Amino acid sequence: MRPFDYVEPRSVDEAVALLSRGGERTRLLAGGTDLIPRLRRRQWRIDRLIGLRRIDGLRDLTLEDGVLAIGAGVTLEELAASTTVSDVCPLLAEAARLMASPQVRALATIGGNLCHASPAADLAPPLLCLNATLRAIGPSGGRDIPIGEFFTGPGRSALRDGELLVQVRVPAVEGRGVYLKFSPRRAMDLAVVGVACFRSHGVATVAVGAAAPTPLRVPASPDEAAARCSPIDDLRASAEYRREMVRVLTRRALEIVP
Amino acid sequence: MRHSIAMTVNGRRTVLDVEPHRTLLEVLRDRLDLLGTREGCGVGECGACTVLLNGRAVVSCLVLAVSADGAEITTIEGLAKEGRLDPIRTGAIQCGFCTPGMIMAAKGASVLEGNLCRCTGYAKIHEAIAQSASPPAGRETTSA
Ligand SMILES: Cc1cc2nc3c(=O)[nH]c(=O)nc-3n(C[C@H](O)[C@H](O)[C@H](O)COP(=O)(O)OP(=O)(O)OC[C@H]3O[C@@H](n4cnc5c(N)ncnc54)[C@H](O)[C@@H]3O)c2cc1C
Ligand code: FES
Ligand code: FES
Repeated sequence: MRPFDYVEPRSVDEAVALLSRGGERTRLLAGGTDLIPRLRRRQWRIDRLIGLRRIDGLRDLTLEDGVLAIGAGVTLEELAASTTVSDVCPLLAEAARLMASPQVRALATIGGNLCHASPAADLAPPLLCLNATLRAIGPSGGRDIPIGEFFTGPGRSALRDGELLVQVRVPAVEGRGVYLKFSPRRAMDLAVVGVACFRSHGVATVAVGAAAPTPLRVPASPDEAAARCSPIDDLRASAEYRREMVRVLTRRALEIVP
Repeated sequence: MRHSIAMTVNGRRTVLDVEPHRTLLEVLRDRLDLLGTREGCGVGECGACTVLLNGRAVVSCLVLAVSADGAEITTIEGLAKEGRLDPIRTGAIQCGFCTPGMIMAAKGASVLEGNLCRCTGYAKIHEAIAQSASPPAGRETTSA
């Protein structure tokens, strides 16, 4: 890796100040599982990293007034193991368990997964189905971003300069969900296609990953879901194959949560 | 700029100056001479660099040493009792490159989803780990 400078602020306000002052070559570091490989491959050039691990509250996970409030720094391991998450949104716990490996899940955070904004981010389809809200804090204060407006392109999110994601808020809603992740290997593999489905009071919501430039809500019908996607060809699969998998997995998901 | 960090490595308090872009893996190997922790892929995919960080199995190639300041680290060397490791059943080790990472993952996470082995085909490794978790009487221990 190329050399860079490193700071560990103790509060969100301090982090925001450092981030807004820093400009383009300043980046936040959460678990580092997306960032460090990029720096090692020299895909990004940075002058300074802001480590988030000492900020109080970013790792809190609470259920308050019917909302599961997950700090951006909560790890995938914590999501997978938390009885609160398993009780209130088993769909999210299930998706976390399907990600990476134990040694990566112990580092990787929910905030990093969303802010990296990969089209294949596995937590995105479940959170889209569950209507999560993302709480950001920046130089001009805090705001809540509906997750449907968060992803703006591959690697791009609605966060503005100097803004930090602090919390993922998931309304606790009765219902049943499933996340179907299709990948060649059972462990340690990114999704070729991921389909989440959540049915509440008879109404099904479906969202897909790795099938468009961003994770995306799609109609709860196999044909319409496939039609709505705009997948790409890459070394994992062709666009045509991905579209077909969206159709198949959407049908399966709707059958699993009737 | 160098940062002074303090870690407890295999029970020993260790203070050293590190550059922020050095990984925990680099510091363990190059500065502390703990060569049991291996570098395979360098990007989190093979598990050869697995260590325990505050009791959790993590890939040390993705951890910056500066962010391990204050942490307790256990490497494969820390598992040796009186300088010796427990014997491991024949066939679970061929070239041995992956072995320390496998053992650390078995200790810290009890599953081996995140470890690659290019030699054994995994079956013998799973058997060896199952055996060491509940050692039967008179087990075969021909290779160490
Ligand atoms: C071997 C391996 C397997 C993987 N498998 C999967 C998988 O199966 N599914 C999957 O979805 N991903 C997978 N990943 C990718 C990665 O582990 C996840 O996306 C992870 O959740 C990223 O979180 P992090 O905390 O490590 O992020 P970091 O690498 O620390 O950060 C990622 C990005 O988000 C930004 N960021 C982090 N936190 C914040 C914040 N609070 N506010 C604003 N910006 C922030 C950072 O600046 C950076 O740009 C894998 C990675 C590896 C190495
Ligand atoms: S060297 Fe760290 S996972 Fe491969
Ligand atoms: S024994 Fe050679 S890599 Fe596992």
